[in-house]
Amino acid sequence: MEVREELKYTATHEWVKDLGDGVYEIGITDFAQSELGDIVFVNLPEVGDEVVKEEAFGDIESVKAVSDIYSPFSATVCEINEEVADGAEAINNTPYEAWLIRVENVTDSVELLDAQQYQEVCEHE
Amino acid sequence: MSVIFELSKANRRCAVFPDRGVHQYKLSDGHVRKNLELPEVAEVDLVRHYMGLSRKAFGVDNGFYPLGSCTMKYNPKINEEVAALEGFNEIHPLQPASTVKGALKALKQLQDALCDLTGMDAMTLKPAAGAHGEFTGMQIIRKYFVSNGMPERNEVIIPDSAHGTNPASAAMNGLKVVAVKSNENGGVDLESLQAAVGEHTAALMLTNPNTLGLFDENIQEITRIVHEAGGLCYYDGANLNAVMGLVRPGDIGFDVIHLNLHKTFATPHGGGGPGSGPVGCKSFLAKHLPEPVIGENGFENSEDSIGSVRSFYCNFLVCMKALTYIKVMGADGLKLASENAVLNANYLLHKIKDIYDVSYDRVCMHEFVLSLQRLKDETGVSAKDVAKALLDFEIHPPTMYFPLIVHEALMFEPTETESRETLDRCAEVLRHLHGLAYSDPEYFKGVPHSTVVSQCDEVRAARNPVLRYEKDTEASA
Repeated sequence: MEVREELKYTATHEWVKDLGDGVYEIGITDFAQSELGDIVFVNLPEVGDEVVKEEAFGDIESVKAVSDIYSPFSATVCEINEEVADGAEAINNTPYEAWLIRVENVTDSVELLDAQQYQEVCEHE
Repeated sequence: MSVIFELSKANRRCAVFPDRGVHQYKLSDGHVRKNLELPEVAEVDLVRHYMGLSRKAFGVDNGFYPLGSCTMKYNPKINEEVAALEGFNEIHPLQPASTVKGALKALKQLQDALCDLTGMDAMTLKPAAGAHGEFTGMQIIRKYFVSNGMPERNEVIIPDSAHGTNPASAAMNGLKVVAVKSNENGGVDLESLQAAVGEHTAALMLTNPNTLGLFDENIQEITRIVHEAGGLCYYDGANLNAVMGLVRPGDIGFDVIHLNLHKTFATPHGGGGPGSGPVGCKSFLAKHLPEPVIGENGFENSEDSIGSVRSFYCNFLVCMKALTYIKVMGADGLKLASENAVLNANYLLHKIKDIYDVSYDRVCMHEFVLSLQRLKDETGVSAKDVAKALLDFEIHPPTMYFPLIVHEALMFEPTETESRETLDRCAEVLRHLHGLAYSDPEYFKGVPHSTVVSQCDEVRAARNPVLRYEKDTEASA
């Protein structure tokens, strides 16, 4: 299982990348995709939608189950990854490249974990 | 195997009609559809086609079917005989109610029996299946709060081990779902529950025993917490098969319930259905039941009803099968069925739990959940592989990957009608497969080996579903 040093994480298995200028990229972790198994669909919000921290901003369907994806931030969606929306298998193949949404105007945030802290979360799952 | 449309030959018929002795009336062109593409086959081809299909399927009449949470119990054939009686089978849904008093009386008997068994005051048989029952039950609760001036009570608390239909039914009614965690015993975490209830609580939805096959010993404390916060308690009757004649939901604080006649009361599932999801409630909610209700004098309506919920009243013949089951079993028989269902599950569990990990190692009720995570880590053989491999031994796979809180979950529900020999054999097969996972994990590639199709490509099926057969019209022309 891969955890990348340069990223931040949530306890609900999302990763966050700071793109600068107040824009953040959000995806799901390698651990999450391996737990879910083969992913077949992902439902994402639309550009301009408001997301709320700790609330679901989308869901992800694998052959096993449908799971919510939780937002680490209260913010505005400024971009969604159309490629992943059309080909959800990218999340299984390259979870850290297959970002789901980019957000801006962050007004609130959960406490993000660093790589080491997230590793510990996974070990307790 | 071909589909029936591929067997079709123009003008081939099952029956030859006698000369009608009247002139054929020719419909004008605008009234004749030419694109119906109905299959045209002889009776013998028709019979062979469906017999062939039935041989390729696996049902409870073919073998052991321990599909957890679905209660695939044997469906006694006497149920079919009664449902086939002329007075039941040949009435029409549009017949005036005054001409089907016997049928209404039979339905009333079923309603009353279900009320007795669950400790409810009123019951409707109308909902078409379990999830429809849940939807109806949630509507009743929503109606209760709205008509009592408390529309702000719009949250439904649901444990993380619940059936997926629970949050769906709440959400379909415009209610907000609040999840509560399970505690270390697999039950509802009381602290999380206490924190979740409040002035927005409409209801708690609970299955008890829950989807882990565990009876929540704190049940009366749980319903008390919800009631004190002003909410109602909804009992998902999916697992009632464990407690018939032993515990009545109405006696432990539940206000609304739904039942699955196709689970607990031995009516057929799935393609053999349809289902039936009666909803029961306490007297203070009875006026909200879907209309009409069956009272002493037949159909009655209530101004405060939530409405109709579907066309016609109930899946009638399914109800007659369930009534027959209840009458044949009697109160003592139903209790024995539950006791035996629990005994069978514990027996099977004890025969395998030295080598398989149990999700929560307690005395289980009518079902139990294994976690095959360790097996997968050590051998690469997954819960799905073991489940599919069972088919080569003429055992239907158990429920896989549910509940979601258990990793590599396999959920077994033997049901009461299985003999000790059947359970012993299942345990033997499971032990054999466990050994095989370590000695020859390659064996599991592409299991089952003996069926018409082996492991289907579930990913491709989910990504590119083909839901309808389309006739290749050019080839057949």
